[in-house]
Amino acid sequence: MTEKTFMAGFGGQGVVSMGQLWVYCGMKEGLEVTFFPFYGAEKRGGIARASVIVSTEEISSPLVSAPDSAVVMNMDSLPLCEAILKQGGTLIINSSLVKVDTKRTDARVVKVPCNEIAERIGDVKFANMVMMGALSKATGAVKLDKLEAVLKTFFSESKHKFIPMNMQAIQEGADAVG
Amino acid sequence: MALEKRLMKGNEAIGEAAIRAGCDAYFGYPITPQSELIAYMAKHMLDAKRVFIQAESEVSAINMVYGAGATGARAMTSSSSPGVSLKQEGISYACGADVPMVVVNVARSGPGLGGISPAQGDYFQSTRGGGHGDYYHIVLAPKSVQEAADLTYEAFDLADEWRMPAMILADGMIGQMMEGVSFPEPKDPATRVAKPWAVGNRNGRKDVNHVDSTHLVPEEFEQALHARYARYEEMKKVLPRFEEHFVEDADLILTAYGTSARVCLGAMQMARKLGLKVGLFRPITLWPYPEKRLGELEGKRFLAVEMSMGQMVEDVRLYTHGKSEVSFYGRCGGMIPTEEDVLAEIRKILKK
Amino acid sequence: MELIYGHPKSLKPIQTKYCPGCGHGVIHRLITEVIDEMGMQQKSIILNPVGCSIWASIYFDFDSVQVPHGRTPAGATAVKRMLPDHLVICYQGDGDLAAIGTAEAVHAANRGEKFTTIFVNNAIYGMTGGQMAPTTLVGQKATTAPYGRDPDEAGMGYPIRVLEMLATLAGTKYLARGAVNNAANVRKTKGYIKKAFEAQMRGEGSSIVEILSQCPTNWAISPVESVGWVESAMIPFYALGVVKDELAPVADTVKEASK
Repeated sequence: MTEKTFMAGFGGQGVVSMGQLWVYCGMKEGLEVTFFPFYGAEKRGGIARASVIVSTEEISSPLVSAPDSAVVMNMDSLPLCEAILKQGGTLIINSSLVKVDTKRTDARVVKVPCNEIAERIGDVKFANMVMMGALSKATGAVKLDKLEAVLKTFFSESKHKFIPMNMQAIQEGADAVG
Repeated sequence: MALEKRLMKGNEAIGEAAIRAGCDAYFGYPITPQSELIAYMAKHMLDAKRVFIQAESEVSAINMVYGAGATGARAMTSSSSPGVSLKQEGISYACGADVPMVVVNVARSGPGLGGISPAQGDYFQSTRGGGHGDYYHIVLAPKSVQEAADLTYEAFDLADEWRMPAMILADGMIGQMMEGVSFPEPKDPATRVAKPWAVGNRNGRKDVNHVDSTHLVPEEFEQALHARYARYEEMKKVLPRFEEHFVEDADLILTAYGTSARVCLGAMQMARKLGLKVGLFRPITLWPYPEKRLGELEGKRFLAVEMSMGQMVEDVRLYTHGKSEVSFYGRCGGMIPTEEDVLAEIRKILKK
Repeated sequence: MELIYGHPKSLKPIQTKYCPGCGHGVIHRLITEVIDEMGMQQKSIILNPVGCSIWASIYFDFDSVQVPHGRTPAGATAVKRMLPDHLVICYQGDGDLAAIGTAEAVHAANRGEKFTTIFVNNAIYGMTGGQMAPTTLVGQKATTAPYGRDPDEAGMGYPIRVLEMLATLAGTKYLARGAVNNAANVRKTKGYIKKAFEAQMRGEGSSIVEILSQCPTNWAISPVESVGWVESAMIPFYALGVVKDELAPVADTVKEASK
């Protein structure tokens, strides 16, 4: 199994953290992993992308040029993801911000209202975790069953109180995938 | 021994491996895309009560490494392409005075200020003695975060053993990407090779020690250079290292190092699925180059893939002795070839 | 019978390659006398630069490191950091310290690196054959200033008073300027060197002793005339004495040495 995923959104949406957590959990589940980030010049508001690969084999190119799955966190990212998604790949769309339909008729499309779900849980900042839950359910590549332990090392002590909400976001994201 | 894997950037993994290898002193100057490395060293070298200095320039940093190396300490610096150009003065002196050190180049695109994206345009500079004079030094090219850590850990031993700089030639991709990595135990200082030539701690030693590259008598200097080149010949017998896949039955052998070798591995696997007999030859030591093995493959068809306008391709031509048809495919300016790009090139060459 | 004067143990009993009247030999002797007095021969390391003093390592009976031109303070920084209980001497000429290696000199001083710089200022480039130095006086002739140094032309600007420049840096603790043109100045200079070395071994900050020195060959005058030129031309511009002393109070070795 090799799952190459391209994640795209704007700065501040937690795209890079999502990519890191995805591969961190993959690694804890015994997979080979690679994570390569791309930031715009601005720390916030600019573009944010992450290329992630998880695999049961040695990973060849760390570059994700034809992803098996693409995560579309905002409107601007849709054309980019449509352009590179491999034939028959999975497009997971944050339908809270992306209101148009994709032109890729070959793709398996999963729509998740990440922002709405996150806001209901308590903060729009959990939108990335909602998306990661959906990605896990849709691809099955990373189970995320070690996420809670990972979050304890990923977050500083002062943020541990948010872990239950993160876990809830993951669960609701997975549940949103039909 | 099952060691727990950590998720780290290549830059940080190089730093951790250096500390475990017993790096006594680190001197550097910030530059993208290796700045995580100097920051890692600042924190962890100081925590370990070792020497860390952010120098005023790359020039100063490499000469600090030279000074520390002269005392017999394990010293390291790191930078990226434009900064490594500045370090060439010190590297030439270190080669001339036989001072061991570890130099890390997390390469970016050039020439000039160029860009901050990954590139492999420093192959000539690294493997041909990038400064003035007659010399070479060890060059190791990792393809992954794990290998970056492993080769850094080993580089300190190789530098000490052969009394010369050992360079880790990575690229911005290796430095910036995160992968799982496990580390070996810290090296026991008792296993280090003795350095009776180092300055300091004379303790009644009869002769004084001079760490010096000066030779003002041509006849003597010529002899000294011949002796150093005899050492290079010894190294060529034992050091070359490479990875290869399916070269024996291949109609086309891809040659690449570092990140582009990862891309080629993927392209090769895609080609094999299409029934194309493609192999891969990846040098791990860029100097000394695994020229003997390449020579055994002369006559085969080659495709050199690089993130440059074509540098290592010259060695592929050189070491196949003009008996192979060698093609080149490269992306440059910070662009990275994709597996699909390389596969298309393979199909073009094999006309399939 | 007590020996009251002899060849320093730390200085090899060999003839130097320096020109007649050159100040390097006297300066080597002062350094080695102080090292012997401090009992530091086994623990001294000199970093000798490019320039006439590139020969230094063959005259001193202690370890040495030769570094690229101007990088002497960078090399010395690392040697001292790795071997803090050693006496580390950074021996530099005016081109090494005040031209090609200005960045290294300023930043090592600013870091308060705990080695001692012996800065030999002879207002000319010696080894390369009489070119203009950053310390060449205005109007002084050099092969690259054939009509005399003109601050507006030939590229080197005005003569640099290195110690006064470095005195503004918090890392410098002891800065003194001596000369080796007569016996009285030689004795005073030895005192400065001793004070600087002792401060180094106490772990105080950056210490630099600038020494005005003769280069009759490149000044194109006789050795006798050259000591006079130091007095009449150099000292009026490069005032002798302690430029900065922020050392912790201890017994005044300068007075004792110059008694």
